[in-house]
Amino acid sequence: MLHIVNKSPLERPSLDACLRIAEPGAILLIEDAVYAAARGGAAAARLAEATKRHQVYVLLPDAEARAIADRLIDGVTTVDYGGFVDLVAEHKNCQSWL
Amino acid sequence: MSEGIAKKFMFVNRSAPYGTIYALESLEVVLISAAFDQDVSLAFVEDGVWQLRKGQQTKGIETKNFSPTYRALEGYDVEKLYVERESLEARGLAEDDLIVDVTVLSSGELGRLMDEQDVVLSF
Repeated sequence: MLHIVNKSPLERPSLDACLRIAEPGAILLIEDAVYAAARGGAAAARLAEATKRHQVYVLLPDAEARAIADRLIDGVTTVDYGGFVDLVAEHKNCQSWL
Repeated sequence: MSEGIAKKFMFVNRSAPYGTIYALESLEVVLISAAFDQDVSLAFVEDGVWQLRKGQQTKGIETKNFSPTYRALEGYDVEKLYVERESLEARGLAEDDLIVDVTVLSSGELGRLMDEQDVVLSF
């Protein structure tokens, strides 16, 4: 299934709850959740670990807006809005960790 | 209604009861889903476990105490209530502290259950 997270990992425990509960599948970071994928950030190591179990995607326009697109950790894949739609369509169900 | 299509709905409750309207709104939608004879389960994760805490007294905040509603869910054939163990323990709570009977699951067990759903709604 697809898990979508939209909160900064330093503001809310949403990403941690998602990583704890999600079975291997796809995780898409949007809005402030993209900060989790910034190299050197507090959540980067946990996210890097998660890329071994999950496909991790980052919504590129949100990363660009926050000026972290050039410093995303290895192992994550960027998608545009069309890619976001494809991910939703490809998966049977989806949980939004809003 | 018995002729309709029943889908597996999971409501994921992650907010404490009175700070925001999410918990109450979730309950409303749960009752509507049950009225349409859907296969409904409720998951309580993170601060959502506080929704089930016994002994809520809301007179002082002039807000309706909706926690007894969780006990009424059985009457609507909503009997699948799941609580994530880690969320419960992180808040110093045990099953005995809750207003209804629940199934306590590990994070992985809850994740597998979530995978099986047709629709997952997050509150």
